[in-house]
Amino acid sequence: MTGDPKILTCADFQDQLPDLIGSGENIAAHPHIQSCALCRALVDDLETIAAAARQLFPVAEPPDELWKQIEMAIQDEEGSSGQG
Amino acid sequence: MARAQAGDHHGFAQLYSLHKRRIYSLCLRMVGSVAEAEDLTQEAFLQLHRKIATFRGDSAFSTWLHRLAVNVVLMHLRRKGLKLISLDEAMEPAPDERPGRSFGAQDPTLAGAIDRMALESAIACLPAGYRLIFILHDVEGYEHNEIASMLDCSIGNSKSQLHKARMRLRAALRKSPRTEARQ
Repeated sequence: MTGDPKILTCADFQDQLPDLIGSGENIAAHPHIQSCALCRALVDDLETIAAAARQLFPVAEPPDELWKQIEMAIQDEEGSSGQG
Repeated sequence: MARAQAGDHHGFAQLYSLHKRRIYSLCLRMVGSVAEAEDLTQEAFLQLHRKIATFRGDSAFSTWLHRLAVNVVLMHLRRKGLKLISLDEAMEPAPDERPGRSFGAQDPTLAGAIDRMALESAIACLPAGYRLIFILHDVEGYEHNEIASMLDCSIGNSKSQLHKARMRLRAALRKSPRTEARQ
């Protein structure tokens, strides 16, 4: 995004992004982010997605019949091991 | 717990009641099908019943059970022939994978907020391999080294697949009416 060869292009920065994010490094301080609104928006969005995912709690309730099926399967297993 | 370990039926029923939502939700998110999630939840609790006497308390019980359930799901996916890290998915170009080339001034960003239902729905639409890694890392909190070990892949591969999954979610969420309503 700038003429400074020391600063990465967007494509180069985005190629490094999986490792940068996984490293725990402060990406906001990265020189490319300091100068590129486009990639800053990208990183902000990816961080927003990761943060939202951490807030996803278990929401689904299994049907009541499932426990009955599990009970029956346990009884079957216990019955067959008792016979064996 | 001690009662369940001693073979007490009511003790085991209580463990089921305490952990069923978390295990069922995990299975449902990982496979995306209600019928399969029910089967896998049943299999996870059957395995728990077989193995509970071996739990020694070296880790938290919920962590131990969670890992057991993840393994049940992974075994199921392998039996179905799903390559857990799919090269096809990795090769397939994701929409907006390079925002520097397609992202214009008019494109919406996520504005720091995502509707939970929109996110759940976008996760459900991810290709299976991406969904698996995203759920294990971002939702369930496993580290890349743990995921690499579970899926028998490199840590770099896990990071790369997670990144691609997030990019796909971003593209989907930017199009989502629920997200657009926040712009």
